[in-house]
Amino acid sequence: MVAGLFFYLFSAVAVASAVMVISARNPVHSVLFLILCFFNAAGLFILMGAEFLAMILVVVYVGAVAVLFLFVVMMLDVDFVELRQGMLNYLPVGVTIGLIVLVELALVVGSWAVDPGLVKTASPTPSDITNTEALGRVLYTDFIFYFQAAGLVLLVAMIGAIVLTLRHKEGVKRQNIGDQVARGPATAIEVVKVKPGQGI
Amino acid sequence: MNELLLTVGLILLQSVAFVVALLIVVAYLLWFDRKVWAAVQMRRGPNVVGPWGLFQSFADLIKFALKEQVIPDGANKGIFVIAPLVTAILALAAWAVVPVDDGWAIADINVGILYLFALSSLGVYGVIMGGWASNSKYPFLSALRSAAQMVSYEVSIGFVIVTVLLCAGSLNLTEIVRSQQTGLGTMLGLPNSFLDWYLLPLLPMFVIFFVSALAETNRPPFDLVEAESELVAGFMVEYSSTGYLLFMLGEYVAIVLMCAMTTILFLGGWLPIIDIPVLNWVPGVIWFLLKVIFVFFMFAMVKAIVPRYRYDQLMRLGWKVFLPISLFWVALTAGVLVAFGWAP
Repeated sequence: MVAGLFFYLFSAVAVASAVMVISARNPVHSVLFLILCFFNAAGLFILMGAEFLAMILVVVYVGAVAVLFLFVVMMLDVDFVELRQGMLNYLPVGVTIGLIVLVELALVVGSWAVDPGLVKTASPTPSDITNTEALGRVLYTDFIFYFQAAGLVLLVAMIGAIVLTLRHKEGVKRQNIGDQVARGPATAIEVVKVKPGQGI
Repeated sequence: MNELLLTVGLILLQSVAFVVALLIVVAYLLWFDRKVWAAVQMRRGPNVVGPWGLFQSFADLIKFALKEQVIPDGANKGIFVIAPLVTAILALAAWAVVPVDDGWAIADINVGILYLFALSSLGVYGVIMGGWASNSKYPFLSALRSAAQMVSYEVSIGFVIVTVLLCAGSLNLTEIVRSQQTGLGTMLGLPNSFLDWYLLPLLPMFVIFFVSALAETNRPPFDLVEAESELVAGFMVEYSSTGYLLFMLGEYVAIVLMCAMTTILFLGGWLPIIDIPVLNWVPGVIWFLLKVIFVFFMFAMVKAIVPRYRYDQLMRLGWKVFLPISLFWVALTAGVLVAFGWAP
Protein backbone atom coordinates (compact mmCIF):
# COMPACT_ATOMS: atom_id res chain seq x y z
CA MET A 1 0.00 0.00 0.00
CA VAL A 2 2.79 2.40 0.97
CA ALA A 3 4.69 1.55 -2.21
CA GLY A 4 1.58 2.28 -4.28
CA LEU A 5 1.09 5.61 -2.52
CA PHE A 6 4.68 6.60 -3.19
CA PHE A 7 4.40 5.45 -6.81
CA TYR A 8 1.52 7.84 -7.41
CA LEU A 9 3.30 10.63 -5.53
CA PHE A 10 6.54 10.27 -7.49
CA SER A 11 4.87 9.84 -10.87
CA ALA A 12 2.46 12.74 -10.31
CA VAL A 13 5.29 15.08 -9.34
CA ALA A 14 7.44 13.80 -12.22
CA VAL A 15 4.72 14.44 -14.80
CA ALA A 16 3.81 17.81 -13.31
CA SER A 17 7.42 18.98 -13.26
CA ALA A 18 7.96 17.68 -16.81
CA VAL A 19 5.04 19.86 -17.91
CA MET A 20 6.55 22.80 -16.04
CA VAL A 21 9.89 22.26 -17.84
CA ILE A 22 8.29 23.19 -21.16
CA SER A 23 5.80 25.74 -19.88
CA ALA A 24 7.97 27.75 -17.46
CA ARG A 25 8.81 31.23 -18.82
CA ASN A 26 12.23 31.42 -17.22
CA PRO A 27 14.80 28.94 -18.60
CA VAL A 28 16.49 28.60 -15.19
CA HIS A 29 13.15 27.56 -13.68
CA SER A 30 12.86 25.01 -16.50
CA VAL A 31 16.20 23.45 -15.60
CA LEU A 32 15.27 23.35 -11.90
CA PHE A 33 12.00 21.59 -12.74
CA LEU A 34 13.97 19.17 -14.92
CA ILE A 35 16.09 18.35 -11.84
CA LEU A 36 12.94 17.76 -9.80
CA CYS A 37 11.75 15.43 -12.57
CA PHE A 38 15.05 13.47 -12.44
CA PHE A 39 14.68 13.13 -8.69
CA ASN A 40 11.23 11.64 -8.96
CA ALA A 41 12.41 9.28 -11.69
CA ALA A 42 15.10 8.13 -9.25
CA GLY A 43 12.36 7.57 -6.66
CA LEU A 44 10.47 5.40 -9.16
CA PHE A 45 13.63 3.35 -9.76
CA ILE A 46 13.95 2.75 -6.02
CA LEU A 47 10.33 1.54 -5.85
CA MET A 48 11.17 -0.96 -8.61
CA GLY A 49 14.12 -2.24 -6.56
CA ALA A 50 16.74 -0.79 -8.91
CA GLU A 51 18.60 1.14 -6.22
CA PHE A 52 21.90 1.27 -8.11
CA LEU A 53 20.28 2.82 -11.19
CA ALA A 54 18.48 5.34 -8.97
CA MET A 55 21.71 6.51 -7.35
CA ILE A 56 23.57 6.63 -10.66
CA LEU A 57 20.73 8.69 -12.13
CA VAL A 58 21.13 11.22 -9.31
CA VAL A 59 24.95 11.24 -9.46
CA VAL A 60 25.26 11.54 -13.25
CA TYR A 61 22.20 13.49 -14.36
CA VAL A 62 21.46 15.66 -11.35
CA GLY A 63 24.98 15.96 -9.97
CA ALA A 64 26.84 16.59 -13.22
CA VAL A 65 24.77 17.00 -16.40
CA ALA A 66 22.12 19.29 -14.92
CA VAL A 67 24.81 21.43 -13.26
CA LEU A 68 26.32 22.06 -16.70
CA PHE A 69 22.84 22.78 -18.12
CA LEU A 70 22.25 25.29 -15.36
CA PHE A 71 25.71 26.73 -15.91
CA VAL A 72 24.96 27.41 -19.59
CA VAL A 73 21.36 28.53 -19.12
CA MET A 74 22.29 30.97 -16.35
CA MET A 75 24.60 32.79 -18.72
CA LEU A 76 22.05 33.00 -21.55
CA ASP A 77 20.83 36.51 -22.13
CA VAL A 78 17.33 35.78 -23.37
CA ASP A 79 14.96 38.55 -24.32
CA PHE A 80 11.54 37.12 -23.47
CA VAL A 81 9.55 39.82 -25.30
CA GLU A 82 11.42 39.13 -28.53
CA LEU A 83 10.95 35.40 -28.04
CA ARG A 84 7.19 35.74 -27.84
CA GLN A 85 6.96 38.03 -30.90
CA GLY A 86 7.82 35.27 -33.35
CA MET A 87 5.27 32.98 -31.71
CA LEU A 88 2.46 33.51 -34.27
CA ASN A 89 4.73 32.91 -37.28
CA TYR A 90 5.87 29.53 -36.03
CA LEU A 91 2.54 28.43 -34.56
CA PRO A 92 1.05 26.74 -37.69
CA VAL A 93 4.21 24.72 -38.41
CA GLY A 94 4.57 23.75 -34.75
CA VAL A 95 0.97 22.68 -34.40
CA THR A 96 1.16 20.58 -37.61
CA ILE A 97 4.29 18.74 -36.44
CA GLY A 98 2.82 18.27 -32.97
CA LEU A 99 -0.38 16.79 -34.39
CA ILE A 100 1.53 14.38 -36.65
CA VAL A 101 3.65 13.15 -33.72
CA LEU A 102 0.54 12.82 -31.54
CA VAL A 103 -1.28 10.73 -34.15
CA GLU A 104 1.78 8.52 -34.65
CA LEU A 105 2.12 8.01 -30.91
CA ALA A 106 -1.55 7.12 -30.61
CA LEU A 107 -1.16 4.56 -33.43
CA VAL A 108 1.89 2.98 -31.82
CA VAL A 109 0.52 2.90 -28.27
CA GLY A 110 -2.84 1.60 -29.46
CA SER A 111 -1.35 -1.48 -31.10
CA TRP A 112 1.37 -2.13 -28.52
CA ALA A 113 1.40 -4.73 -25.76
CA VAL A 114 4.25 -5.98 -23.59
CA ASP A 115 5.32 -9.52 -24.39
CA PRO A 116 4.16 -11.53 -21.33
CA GLY A 117 7.33 -13.68 -21.43
CA LEU A 118 9.51 -10.58 -21.24
CA VAL A 119 7.98 -9.30 -18.01
CA LYS A 120 8.93 -12.44 -16.12
CA THR A 121 12.59 -12.56 -17.21
CA ALA A 122 13.30 -8.83 -16.87
CA SER A 123 12.86 -8.68 -13.12
CA PRO A 124 15.16 -5.98 -11.71
CA THR A 125 15.63 -7.81 -8.40
CA PRO A 126 17.54 -11.08 -8.75
CA SER A 127 17.10 -13.12 -5.60
CA ASP A 128 20.64 -14.16 -4.66
CA ILE A 129 22.79 -11.11 -5.53
CA THR A 130 22.48 -7.33 -5.09
CA ASN A 131 21.51 -5.45 -8.20
CA THR A 132 24.88 -3.70 -8.34
CA GLU A 133 26.49 -7.12 -8.81
CA ALA A 134 23.83 -8.17 -11.29
CA LEU A 135 24.43 -5.08 -13.43
CA GLY A 136 28.18 -5.62 -13.21
CA ARG A 137 27.87 -9.19 -14.43
CA VAL A 138 25.73 -8.17 -17.38
CA LEU A 139 27.92 -5.21 -18.33
CA TYR A 140 31.42 -6.58 -17.78
CA THR A 141 30.94 -10.28 -18.40
CA ASP A 142 28.12 -10.87 -20.86
CA PHE A 143 28.37 -7.71 -22.94
CA ILE A 144 31.99 -6.65 -22.42
CA PHE A 145 32.66 -5.92 -26.11
CA TYR A 146 29.60 -3.71 -26.51
CA PHE A 147 30.66 -1.92 -23.35
CA GLN A 148 34.17 -1.37 -24.70
CA ALA A 149 32.76 -0.16 -28.01
CA ALA A 150 30.57 2.36 -26.20
CA GLY A 151 33.63 3.56 -24.28
CA LEU A 152 35.53 3.97 -27.53
CA VAL A 153 32.72 6.05 -29.03
CA LEU A 154 32.81 8.34 -25.99
CA LEU A 155 36.60 8.61 -26.23
CA VAL A 156 36.37 9.65 -29.89
CA ALA A 157 33.71 12.23 -29.01
CA MET A 158 35.91 13.58 -26.21
CA ILE A 159 38.99 13.88 -28.41
CA GLY A 160 36.87 15.50 -31.11
CA ALA A 161 35.60 18.13 -28.70
CA ILE A 162 39.13 18.88 -27.50
CA VAL A 163 40.51 19.13 -31.05
CA LEU A 164 37.69 21.49 -32.09
CA THR A 165 38.12 23.88 -29.19
CA LEU A 166 41.83 23.78 -28.33
CA ARG A 167 43.64 27.00 -29.32
CA HIS A 168 47.27 27.77 -28.66
CA LYS A 169 47.62 31.49 -28.09
CA GLU A 170 51.03 33.02 -28.66
CA GLY A 171 52.54 35.27 -26.05
CA VAL A 172 50.48 34.12 -23.09
CA LYS A 173 52.43 33.82 -19.84
CA ARG A 174 51.80 30.51 -18.17
CA GLN A 175 52.78 29.29 -14.73
CA ASN A 176 55.18 26.36 -14.84
CA ILE A 177 55.25 24.92 -11.35
CA GLY A 178 58.27 22.69 -12.11
CA ASP A 179 60.32 25.75 -13.12
CA GLN A 180 59.25 27.65 -10.03
CA VAL A 181 60.19 24.85 -7.67
CA ALA A 182 63.53 24.26 -9.40
CA ARG A 183 64.50 27.93 -9.10
CA GLY A 184 67.20 28.52 -6.48
CA PRO A 185 69.11 31.56 -5.25
CA ALA A 186 71.75 30.98 -7.91
CA THR A 187 69.35 31.60 -10.81
CA ALA A 188 66.91 33.93 -9.12
CA ILE A 189 69.16 36.49 -7.44
CA GLU A 190 71.75 38.63 -9.11
CA VAL A 191 74.01 40.83 -7.02
CA VAL A 192 74.89 44.02 -8.86
CA LYS A 193 77.23 46.73 -7.74
CA VAL A 194 75.61 50.01 -8.71
CA LYS A 195 77.83 52.97 -9.29
CA PRO A 196 76.47 56.17 -7.80
CA GLY A 197 74.67 58.39 -10.31
CA GLN A 198 74.65 55.75 -13.09
CA GLY A 199 71.92 53.22 -12.34
CA ILE A 200 71.84 49.77 -13.88
CA MET B 1 -1.67 -0.80 9.78
CA ASN B 2 -0.65 -0.40 13.42
CA GLU B 3 2.67 -2.05 12.71
CA LEU B 4 3.24 0.34 9.82
CA LEU B 5 2.52 3.36 12.01
CA LEU B 6 4.87 1.97 14.64
CA THR B 7 7.71 1.56 12.10
CA VAL B 8 7.18 5.03 10.64
CA GLY B 9 6.98 6.53 14.14
CA LEU B 10 10.17 4.77 15.20
CA ILE B 11 12.09 5.99 12.15
CA LEU B 12 10.76 9.50 12.74
CA LEU B 13 11.86 9.41 16.39
CA GLN B 14 15.30 8.07 15.45
CA SER B 15 15.72 10.77 12.82
CA VAL B 16 14.72 13.59 15.16
CA ALA B 17 17.01 12.29 17.92
CA PHE B 18 19.89 11.91 15.43
CA VAL B 19 19.42 15.39 13.94
CA VAL B 20 19.33 16.99 17.40
CA ALA B 21 22.50 15.15 18.45
CA LEU B 22 24.16 16.04 15.14
CA LEU B 23 23.29 19.73 15.43
CA ILE B 24 24.67 19.90 18.97
CA VAL B 25 27.90 18.24 17.78
CA VAL B 26 28.06 20.69 14.86
CA ALA B 27 27.50 23.66 17.22
CA TYR B 28 30.48 22.60 19.31
CA LEU B 29 32.62 21.79 16.27
CA LEU B 30 31.93 25.35 15.04
CA TRP B 31 33.18 26.65 18.38
CA PHE B 32 36.16 24.26 18.17
CA ASP B 33 36.92 25.51 14.64
CA ARG B 34 37.04 29.11 15.84
CA LYS B 35 39.13 28.19 18.87
CA VAL B 36 41.70 26.33 16.74
CA TRP B 37 41.82 29.16 14.27
CA ALA B 38 42.29 31.65 17.10
CA ALA B 39 44.98 29.55 18.77
CA VAL B 40 47.02 29.44 15.54
CA GLN B 41 46.86 33.23 15.34
CA MET B 42 47.61 33.55 19.08
CA ARG B 43 44.20 35.02 19.91
CA ARG B 44 41.72 33.81 22.50
CA GLY B 45 38.78 33.15 20.20
CA PRO B 46 35.21 33.12 21.52
CA ASN B 47 35.47 33.32 25.33
CA VAL B 48 32.64 35.54 26.58
CA VAL B 49 29.37 33.58 26.31
CA GLY B 50 29.46 30.85 28.96
CA PRO B 51 32.61 29.25 30.41
CA TRP B 52 35.40 29.30 27.75
CA GLY B 53 32.81 30.65 25.31
CA LEU B 54 31.07 27.27 25.17
CA PHE B 55 27.64 28.78 24.44
CA GLN B 56 28.89 31.04 21.63
CA SER B 57 27.28 28.97 18.85
CA PHE B 58 23.88 29.08 20.57
CA ALA B 59 24.15 32.83 21.05
CA ASP B 60 24.91 33.13 17.32
CA LEU B 61 21.90 30.95 16.53
CA ILE B 62 19.57 33.19 18.52
CA LYS B 63 21.09 36.30 16.95
CA PHE B 64 20.61 35.01 13.38
CA ALA B 65 17.10 33.72 14.00
CA LEU B 66 15.89 37.00 15.53
CA LYS B 67 17.33 39.36 12.90
CA GLU B 68 15.23 40.80 10.10
CA GLN B 69 15.08 38.77 6.90
CA VAL B 70 15.87 40.99 3.91
CA ILE B 71 14.91 39.86 0.43
CA PRO B 72 16.37 42.14 -2.28
CA ASP B 73 13.90 43.76 -4.69
CA GLY B 74 15.49 42.37 -7.85
CA ALA B 75 15.86 38.85 -6.46
CA ASN B 76 14.00 35.88 -7.86
CA LYS B 77 12.02 35.38 -4.65
CA GLY B 78 11.03 31.71 -4.83
CA ILE B 79 14.51 30.42 -5.65
CA PHE B 80 16.12 32.95 -3.29
CA VAL B 81 14.17 31.48 -0.37
CA ILE B 82 14.55 27.83 -1.45
CA ALA B 83 18.36 27.93 -1.95
CA PRO B 84 19.42 27.95 1.74
CA LEU B 85 16.81 25.28 2.47
CA VAL B 86 18.26 23.09 -0.30
CA THR B 87 21.76 23.42 1.16
CA ALA B 88 20.70 22.62 4.72
CA ILE B 89 18.25 19.80 3.90
CA LEU B 90 20.60 17.99 1.50
CA ALA B 91 23.44 18.15 4.02
CA LEU B 92 21.23 16.77 6.80
CA ALA B 93 19.56 14.11 4.62
CA ALA B 94 22.91 12.55 3.76
CA TRP B 95 23.39 11.55 7.41
CA ALA B 96 20.55 9.01 7.18
CA VAL B 97 22.94 6.30 5.98
CA VAL B 98 26.00 7.06 8.13
CA PRO B 99 26.71 4.19 10.57
CA VAL B 100 28.04 5.76 13.77
CA ASP B 101 28.39 2.31 15.38
CA ASP B 102 27.87 -1.30 14.26
CA GLY B 103 24.25 -1.32 13.09
CA TRP B 104 23.59 2.24 14.27
CA ALA B 105 22.46 3.71 10.96
CA ILE B 106 18.93 5.01 10.42
CA ALA B 107 18.85 3.45 6.94
CA ASP B 108 21.43 0.73 6.33
CA ILE B 109 20.95 0.64 2.54
CA ASN B 110 22.90 -1.48 0.04
CA VAL B 111 24.22 1.47 -1.96
CA GLY B 112 25.06 3.69 1.04
CA ILE B 113 28.30 5.10 -0.33
CA LEU B 114 26.65 6.02 -3.65
CA TYR B 115 23.88 7.78 -1.73
CA LEU B 116 26.46 9.82 0.18
CA PHE B 117 28.32 10.60 -3.04
CA ALA B 118 25.09 11.64 -4.78
CA LEU B 119 23.91 13.93 -1.99
CA SER B 120 27.30 15.53 -1.43
CA SER B 121 27.50 16.29 -5.16
CA LEU B 122 24.11 18.03 -4.95
CA GLY B 123 25.49 20.55 -2.46
CA VAL B 124 26.43 22.71 -5.44
CA TYR B 125 22.77 23.48 -6.17
CA GLY B 126 22.30 25.57 -3.03
CA VAL B 127 25.25 27.71 -4.08
CA ILE B 128 24.20 28.04 -7.74
CA MET B 129 20.56 28.79 -6.93
CA GLY B 130 21.44 31.29 -4.21
CA GLY B 131 24.01 32.99 -6.41
CA TRP B 132 21.73 33.27 -9.42
CA ALA B 133 18.56 34.24 -7.56
CA SER B 134 20.28 37.11 -5.74
CA ASN B 135 20.47 38.95 -9.08
CA SER B 136 23.70 40.66 -8.12
CA LYS B 137 27.23 40.63 -9.57
CA TYR B 138 29.31 38.95 -6.89
CA PRO B 139 26.88 36.16 -6.01
CA PHE B 140 26.56 35.36 -9.72
CA LEU B 141 30.33 35.14 -10.23
CA SER B 142 30.50 32.93 -7.18
CA ALA B 143 27.79 30.64 -8.56
CA LEU B 144 29.74 30.23 -11.81
CA ARG B 145 32.93 29.44 -9.91
CA SER B 146 31.29 26.90 -7.64
CA ALA B 147 29.66 25.07 -10.56
CA ALA B 148 33.06 24.48 -12.17
CA GLN B 149 34.92 23.79 -8.93
CA MET B 150 32.57 21.27 -7.37
CA VAL B 151 32.07 19.30 -10.59
CA SER B 152 35.86 19.02 -11.05
CA TYR B 153 36.61 17.66 -7.60
CA GLU B 154 33.69 15.23 -7.59
CA VAL B 155 35.53 13.28 -10.29
CA SER B 156 38.55 12.52 -8.11
CA ILE B 157 36.33 11.83 -5.06
CA GLY B 158 34.48 9.30 -7.23
CA PHE B 159 37.71 7.51 -8.14
CA VAL B 160 38.88 7.43 -4.51
CA ILE B 161 35.56 5.84 -3.55
CA VAL B 162 35.97 3.28 -6.34
CA THR B 163 39.40 2.30 -4.98
CA VAL B 164 38.01 1.74 -1.49
CA LEU B 165 35.08 -0.22 -2.95
CA LEU B 166 37.51 -2.50 -4.79
CA CYS B 167 39.16 -3.36 -1.47
CA ALA B 168 35.94 -3.66 0.52
CA GLY B 169 33.84 -5.46 -2.10
CA SER B 170 30.61 -3.77 -1.00
CA LEU B 171 28.77 -0.46 -1.38
CA ASN B 172 27.25 -0.80 2.08
CA LEU B 173 28.90 1.56 4.59
CA THR B 174 28.67 -0.90 7.48
CA GLU B 175 30.36 -3.59 5.33
CA ILE B 176 33.10 -1.15 4.31
CA VAL B 177 33.95 -0.52 7.98
CA ARG B 178 33.73 -4.24 8.86
CA SER B 179 36.13 -5.11 6.04
CA GLN B 180 38.72 -2.92 7.79
CA GLN B 181 38.82 -5.28 10.76
CA THR B 182 41.35 -7.41 8.91
CA GLY B 183 44.10 -6.19 6.62
CA LEU B 184 47.83 -5.43 6.61
CA GLY B 185 48.22 -5.86 10.40
CA THR B 186 46.41 -9.18 10.69
CA MET B 187 48.39 -10.51 7.72
CA LEU B 188 51.53 -9.96 9.82
CA GLY B 189 49.93 -11.83 12.72
CA LEU B 190 49.19 -8.74 14.85
CA PRO B 191 45.83 -8.25 16.61
CA ASN B 192 43.16 -6.10 14.91
CA SER B 193 44.47 -2.55 14.97
CA PHE B 194 44.81 0.68 13.04
CA LEU B 195 47.25 -1.09 10.69
CA ASP B 196 44.25 -2.85 9.15
CA TRP B 197 42.47 0.33 8.14
CA TYR B 198 42.60 1.52 4.54
CA LEU B 199 44.62 4.53 5.69
CA LEU B 200 47.98 2.78 5.25
CA PRO B 201 47.60 0.75 2.03
CA LEU B 202 45.68 3.57 0.31
CA LEU B 203 47.60 6.52 1.78
CA PRO B 204 47.86 8.52 -1.49
CA MET B 205 44.11 8.15 -1.99
CA PHE B 206 43.53 9.34 1.56
CA VAL B 207 45.48 12.52 0.81
CA ILE B 208 43.59 13.05 -2.46
CA PHE B 209 40.27 12.45 -0.73
CA PHE B 210 41.10 14.89 2.05
CA VAL B 211 42.11 17.67 -0.34
CA SER B 212 39.13 17.01 -2.63
CA ALA B 213 36.84 17.11 0.39
CA LEU B 214 38.20 20.56 1.20
CA ALA B 215 37.44 21.68 -2.35
CA GLU B 216 34.03 20.00 -2.42
CA THR B 217 32.90 21.77 0.76
CA ASN B 218 34.42 25.14 -0.25
CA ARG B 219 36.77 25.21 2.70
CA PRO B 220 39.96 27.27 2.61
CA PRO B 221 42.33 27.07 0.73
CA PHE B 222 39.67 26.39 -1.93
CA ASP B 223 37.04 28.86 -0.72
CA LEU B 224 37.05 30.79 -4.00
CA VAL B 225 33.27 30.66 -3.91
CA GLU B 226 33.16 33.03 -0.95
CA ALA B 227 36.59 34.64 -1.24
CA GLU B 228 36.07 37.85 0.70
CA SER B 229 38.92 39.74 -0.92
CA GLU B 230 37.45 39.21 -4.41
CA LEU B 231 33.74 38.52 -4.06
CA VAL B 232 32.79 40.14 -0.72
CA ALA B 233 31.07 36.98 0.57
CA GLY B 234 30.31 35.16 -2.68
CA PHE B 235 26.86 33.65 -3.03
CA MET B 236 25.90 34.72 0.51
CA VAL B 237 26.26 38.48 -0.05
CA GLU B 238 22.52 39.17 -0.25
CA TYR B 239 21.50 36.79 2.51
CA SER B 240 20.70 37.84 6.04
CA SER B 241 19.37 36.27 9.24
CA THR B 242 17.82 32.79 8.81
CA GLY B 243 18.85 32.40 5.16
CA TYR B 244 22.47 33.02 6.07
CA LEU B 245 22.14 30.78 9.11
CA LEU B 246 20.87 27.89 6.97
CA PHE B 247 23.71 28.32 4.46
CA MET B 248 26.24 28.37 7.28
CA LEU B 249 24.62 25.36 8.98
CA GLY B 250 24.42 23.39 5.72
CA GLU B 251 28.06 24.15 5.00
CA TYR B 252 29.24 22.94 8.39
CA VAL B 253 27.02 19.84 8.36
CA ALA B 254 28.47 19.02 4.92
CA ILE B 255 32.00 19.47 6.29
CA VAL B 256 31.30 17.14 9.22
CA LEU B 257 29.76 14.71 6.72
CA MET B 258 33.00 14.74 4.74
CA CYS B 259 34.89 14.08 8.02
CA ALA B 260 32.56 11.15 8.68
CA MET B 261 33.10 9.84 5.13
CA THR B 262 36.88 10.02 5.63
CA THR B 263 36.46 8.18 8.93
CA ILE B 264 34.35 5.43 7.35
CA LEU B 265 36.44 4.99 4.21
CA PHE B 266 39.95 5.26 5.66
CA LEU B 267 39.96 5.39 9.47
CA GLY B 268 37.94 2.29 10.31
CA GLY B 269 34.68 3.97 11.39
CA TRP B 270 33.74 2.83 14.90
CA LEU B 271 36.64 0.36 15.28
CA PRO B 272 39.03 0.96 18.21
CA ILE B 273 42.64 1.92 17.47
CA ILE B 274 43.88 -1.42 18.81
CA ASP B 275 41.44 -4.22 19.62
CA ILE B 276 42.65 -4.97 23.18
CA PRO B 277 40.80 -4.70 26.52
CA VAL B 278 40.34 -1.21 27.96
CA LEU B 279 40.43 0.27 24.43
CA ASN B 280 37.64 -1.96 23.10
CA TRP B 281 35.46 -1.30 26.15
CA VAL B 282 34.97 2.22 24.82
CA PRO B 283 31.70 2.29 22.84
CA GLY B 284 31.99 2.52 19.04
CA VAL B 285 30.15 5.85 18.92
CA ILE B 286 32.89 7.46 21.00
CA TRP B 287 35.59 6.12 18.67
CA PHE B 288 33.63 7.37 15.66
CA LEU B 289 33.20 10.81 17.23
CA LEU B 290 36.88 11.02 18.21
CA LYS B 291 37.98 10.19 14.66
CA VAL B 292 35.55 12.72 13.18
CA ILE B 293 36.89 15.37 15.57
CA PHE B 294 40.45 14.47 14.59
CA VAL B 295 39.69 14.87 10.86
CA PHE B 296 37.82 18.09 11.61
CA PHE B 297 40.88 19.36 13.50
CA MET B 298 42.93 18.80 10.33
CA PHE B 299 40.28 20.72 8.34
CA ALA B 300 40.55 23.58 10.86
CA MET B 301 44.36 23.60 10.75
CA VAL B 302 44.36 23.74 6.95
CA LYS B 303 42.02 26.72 7.16
CA ALA B 304 44.38 28.42 9.58
CA ILE B 305 47.72 27.87 7.86
CA VAL B 306 47.26 27.53 4.08
CA PRO B 307 46.80 30.58 1.81
CA ARG B 308 44.00 30.63 -0.76
CA TYR B 309 44.57 29.06 -4.17
CA ARG B 310 44.21 31.02 -7.40
CA TYR B 311 41.40 29.82 -9.67
CA ASP B 312 43.62 28.40 -12.43
CA GLN B 313 45.76 26.61 -9.83
CA LEU B 314 42.61 25.04 -8.41
CA MET B 315 41.55 23.74 -11.82
CA ARG B 316 45.06 22.52 -12.60
CA LEU B 317 45.23 20.60 -9.32
CA GLY B 318 41.87 18.94 -9.91
CA TRP B 319 42.20 17.94 -13.54
CA LYS B 320 45.93 17.62 -14.18
CA VAL B 321 47.17 16.21 -10.86
CA PHE B 322 44.41 14.46 -8.94
CA LEU B 323 42.54 12.92 -11.86
CA PRO B 324 45.57 11.09 -13.40
CA ILE B 325 46.89 9.97 -9.98
CA SER B 326 43.54 8.62 -8.82
CA LEU B 327 42.90 6.89 -12.18
CA PHE B 328 46.33 5.26 -11.94
CA TRP B 329 45.64 4.10 -8.37
CA VAL B 330 42.30 2.58 -9.35
CA ALA B 331 44.08 0.51 -12.02
CA LEU B 332 46.98 -0.34 -9.68
CA THR B 333 44.73 -1.40 -6.80
CA ALA B 334 42.58 -3.53 -9.07
CA GLY B 335 45.71 -5.12 -10.56
CA VAL B 336 47.25 -5.90 -7.17
CA LEU B 337 43.98 -7.31 -5.80
CA VAL B 338 43.59 -9.64 -8.78
CA ALA B 339 47.28 -10.63 -8.97
CA PHE B 340 47.46 -11.69 -5.32
CA GLY B 341 43.95 -13.10 -5.19
CA TRP B 342 42.92 -10.66 -2.45
CA ALA B 343 39.83 -9.42 -4.26
CA PRO B 344 36.79 -9.94 -2.02
